[in-house]
Amino acid sequence: MSAAPQRIEKGIHWGNLIRVTGWLLLAAAVMSPLLLGEGYRLPGGIGKNYLLTIGIFTGIHAIIAVGLGLLMGYAGQVSLGHAAFYGLGAYTSAILTAKLGVPPVPAMLAGIVLTAVIALLLGTPTLRLHGHYLAMFTLGLGMIAQIVFNQARGLTGGFGGVRNIPYLGIGSWQLDTKPEFYIVVVLALGLTLLMAHNLVNSRTGRALRALHESELAAAICGVDVARGKLQIFVISAVLASVAGSLYAHFMRFVSPGPFGFVFSVDLLIMVVVGGAASVWGPVAGAALFNVLSETLGRIGEQIPWVADLDIVLFGAVLVAVIVFLPRGLVTLAGRRRGGVGEAASRPEIQAEA
Amino acid sequence: MSLTDQLVQYLVTGVSVGAVYGLVGLGFAIIFNATGVINFAQGEFVMLGGMCAVAFTGLGMPLITAALLSVAVVTAIGLLVERLTIRTLPGASIMTLIIATIGASFVLKGGAKLLWGPEAVILPAFSGHQPLHIGAAGIAPQRVWVMGVVLVSVIGVQLFFKYTLAGKAMQACAINRSAAQLVGININRTVSVSFGLSAALAALGGIVLTPATMMRYSQGATFTLTGFLAAVVGGLGNGIGAVVGGIMLGVLEALAGGFIDILTSSLIHSGYSKAIALAVALLVLWLRPQGLLGRREREAG
Repeated sequence: MSAAPQRIEKGIHWGNLIRVTGWLLLAAAVMSPLLLGEGYRLPGGIGKNYLLTIGIFTGIHAIIAVGLGLLMGYAGQVSLGHAAFYGLGAYTSAILTAKLGVPPVPAMLAGIVLTAVIALLLGTPTLRLHGHYLAMFTLGLGMIAQIVFNQARGLTGGFGGVRNIPYLGIGSWQLDTKPEFYIVVVLALGLTLLMAHNLVNSRTGRALRALHESELAAAICGVDVARGKLQIFVISAVLASVAGSLYAHFMRFVSPGPFGFVFSVDLLIMVVVGGAASVWGPVAGAALFNVLSETLGRIGEQIPWVADLDIVLFGAVLVAVIVFLPRGLVTLAGRRRGGVGEAASRPEIQAEA
Repeated sequence: MSLTDQLVQYLVTGVSVGAVYGLVGLGFAIIFNATGVINFAQGEFVMLGGMCAVAFTGLGMPLITAALLSVAVVTAIGLLVERLTIRTLPGASIMTLIIATIGASFVLKGGAKLLWGPEAVILPAFSGHQPLHIGAAGIAPQRVWVMGVVLVSVIGVQLFFKYTLAGKAMQACAINRSAAQLVGININRTVSVSFGLSAALAALGGIVLTPATMMRYSQGATFTLTGFLAAVVGGLGNGIGAVVGGIMLGVLEALAGGFIDILTSSLIHSGYSKAIALAVALLVLWLRPQGLLGRREREAG
């Protein structure tokens, strides 16, 4: 007689089960490079060191991509110059620590301040305007930064770059092994995600969601549209700068190459492929991007024609993901979140026309 | 050479390089008006135009045949890009569409690398190398070809918009999509035409520029970036504005490159010429956000 209520109590909550399994799988994936034995080789001769390197790069890229995702998915703005902010962080850390002997943490903070000031100067006039102005100004900044990285030889070492950057650390405690650095990057990414999650669910986040629905309606309700956008833009620039500092201390060498327009586009790809309208999407995008480019590179070493074809394959995969998953990889993880995702993916073409 | 002669020399170089930026910018404006999308494959069309012309003349075709065939091939590629990206994504956000064009640009760039390899290729100059003289300044005849072809193309595009049904339909589409659709304009076809037209213009630019500066598979992105800047500085969506913006950028770059060493000591050197042109362009945009010839934008917040 009491079978019916009992069944409800005993019934499995599939949603929760899937969620818990998902978290466990994610934790296992994050931990696996650390737990792998030193001499153990995965198929293709992939060892622990290699996995850690890919993990570190994915993490560094994901930190920037999460910030850029906030900017694109919530503030509805594109930056074509985030590689420049990444470079500003990297070069500030590199020059201050390697040339002037400043400890790594204050150097990283200096990079943050410098980047925030530049982002404020760029964002204040442009974010008050409709259209592609931020894209334009960040593109210009990116190109100018690339020229300065190459030309200001006295400061940046030009094409040769800055060498002998010390390990990241405080006092005598130094991150001089890969597993340690990997843990720090994972923690930094975790903090970034937590911050992004809080921001999205804060007053500013709600205001920006309203803004995405209708800028006019949000403004009427008293939302300071330009201020909200500016806040997110500065945060995303600062995240890129922090990632740049991490990069500098990991590679212990910086040169202009990784901070050009190509990387700005790579970042956009990570965000869009992963899904801009969610906090986790850009992380998935960064992971796919790094794994795919590493895999294609590896196969290219064995089979020469793949190396020639890599750009084509990359473009084709990108277009395919966009065509089949227009809202990004996060669509695969379930559609339970409506709200922002719905708003962000609504055809803006009508609004702009 | 006197200072005036140098000035003339730099101006001519600047205008001819800037004219190609402007042509790419015009292509941006045409597609932006029809779709609201910034087509990041635009610069690849310039590169493909030059590459195809080299390949066809290499097969022994006369220059004019090779040029026409190249324009036709690149136009077809432009139409294909539209079909495979914009058309397959109805209702996608502008951002998604822009990234799709970036994907297309990767495919085109990679394809060019496969076909032509990583080396730069060159086309013989259309009418020799005997420089034309204005005072003591010598001007390569190819530069004159570049300016002439750009001028004719820009006039041609204006006539197309003014006097043909397809051109008028595209303008109607730019002014108001829904209204254009209501009066029976086929939006899909208009978008196709806009991609075909921009690709053809870009290809022309690539063909005339290749004898002057050579062409490499990786050069497309440079044209995309500078063309985009030209389009925005001129007022995004304003074709003539894009051409003016492009010429302004080209001239600034050439002047900065030429005179910077004379005007300043070694603190800033000519490696910064492009940075200076960009900074001036951004300053213009900062003071006049609607661009040189653009309509006034509404302010938010």
